[in-house]
Amino acid sequence: MFKDITIGQYVDGNSVIHRMDARVKILLSILYIILLFVIDSIALYAVFGVFTAFLVIISRVPFKYIIKGLKPMLYILIFTAVINLFVTGGETVLWQSSLWKGLKITKEGLTIAVQMVLRLVFLVIGTSLLTLTTTPIMLTDGIEKLLKPLDAVKVPSHEIAMMMTIAIRFIPTLSEETEKIIKAQKARGADFESGNIIKRTKAMVPILVPLFISAFKRADDLAIAMDSRCYNSGKKRTRMKQMKMTWIDAAASGVMIAFSVFVIIIQRF
Amino acid sequence: MIKVTGLTYIYQQGMPFEKKAVDNVSFEIPTGDFLAIIGHTGSGKSTLIQHFNALLKPTQGKIEIDGIDVTDPKTNLMEIRKNVGLVFQYPEHQLFEETVYKDIAFGPKNMELSDSEIEKRVKSSALAVGLSEELLQKSPFELSGGQKRRAAIAGVLSMSPKVMILDEPTAGLDPKGRDEILGELSTLHKQNPDMTILFVSHSMEDVAKLAEHVLVMDHGRIAMHGTTSEVFAKSGELKKIGLDVPQITELTHRLIKDGIDIRPDIYTVKFASEIYKNLIKEAENV
Repeated sequence: MFKDITIGQYVDGNSVIHRMDARVKILLSILYIILLFVIDSIALYAVFGVFTAFLVIISRVPFKYIIKGLKPMLYILIFTAVINLFVTGGETVLWQSSLWKGLKITKEGLTIAVQMVLRLVFLVIGTSLLTLTTTPIMLTDGIEKLLKPLDAVKVPSHEIAMMMTIAIRFIPTLSEETEKIIKAQKARGADFESGNIIKRTKAMVPILVPLFISAFKRADDLAIAMDSRCYNSGKKRTRMKQMKMTWIDAAASGVMIAFSVFVIIIQRF
Repeated sequence: MIKVTGLTYIYQQGMPFEKKAVDNVSFEIPTGDFLAIIGHTGSGKSTLIQHFNALLKPTQGKIEIDGIDVTDPKTNLMEIRKNVGLVFQYPEHQLFEETVYKDIAFGPKNMELSDSEIEKRVKSSALAVGLSEELLQKSPFELSGGQKRRAAIAGVLSMSPKVMILDEPTAGLDPKGRDEILGELSTLHKQNPDMTILFVSHSMEDVAKLAEHVLVMDHGRIAMHGTTSEVFAKSGELKKIGLDVPQITELTHRLIKDGIDIRPDIYTVKFASEIYKNLIKEAENV
């Protein structure tokens, strides 16, 4: 049931991308996303595709993980494509329904539909490349460091990072728990697969109540365990793994910035 | 009768983490048996028992219960789950209703029984696990640990299954709660001679107290299957696969090693005390 979720899934490796500093990786990923929304010609998307493929190849992440991340997106992609295809108005009509004149496909609509789909696909690939090559801990450490300057305006960067770490840590635990409760209720004759939407929603109660109770209990236990080990976010905490930037980060930033400048120049002229 | 033939279950087949949890297992359990399933953690016990009520579909092989193939996808699931009750480990974690009564009634309600029949079943199964009537109107979350556990067991018992399976029913309970549950299981078995009871346990003392037959699992296969005395007589083999025998059996086997002539199939303290008393008497007479 939760096997398709790739969020927080990390594929171990020692590629150049794996060895990059999490902070640099996050910043460059943001740059990648911004770039994705700047460009709007099919030719540039092709260039972008080649660049993304290059990143996937040097990360040495098996291709099937990338595909797996895209699978849950399938319906959103189809939905986006269809909506953009039929709703976008334009001059050049490629096809028009003989039954209802309003239903037509224009050249502009087709272009926008293709662009939107490509944008979403690259968005997912780019961000999953970040999470697939960075351990959740490094990721939250990176976010914490990047948010640190905001401490001046009272943003609790450490607490935010801690909350994210705990949330990611508990995804597998809770999904295991859910599966166990579903099985136990099925053993008592519960039926989750048939009936209308109201009946199915009601059928969720025997799962959700025990799940919430155990989640709260776990949270309580964890809080006590943290307290009893004198956890205190206010004090200056040191880390077991210090983040260090290396020549890899410099080179990666150089490549990414050069690529961005190149893309923006082409986009402009 | 339960007939298991060539049952195999592979987790994540075709993936890098593929694991054979149950490996070509075949055995028979007669109706009315009280069978203990033992084995170290990860030996496939929990995977095996989830096949009896079709929560898991075998990779290969089949299970027939009274001639009905429960592994056949065409068999009605509700019918299977009515006949085979499964109590998971820590079953109190699945309680969800506002009152204990409603929670015990969840199974019978899913079976679409009449209200009067449901009431009858809730009351009789609460009685069978020793829950007093005034507890039925309380919230299940107000009960003590042992009471919660018993309420959860009653929730499965109320479906009147022909086969009742319990996965470590006494895990995590205090000695009192544990004795109560064991006592209730024993009574249940005596009062329902046609109900087949299977239970998974890590406590050899519990197994010795209750079981008529023992099934020993090791790495997804069956290492031994026989009467309780037959299995515990082979303490050497049990220890080889990381299991133990009841303390009284251990004592007996050490005495045998020291050259004292006693039968090796002693596994309850009650029986042992008789044998030992005779032994002492004999020694005094010489």
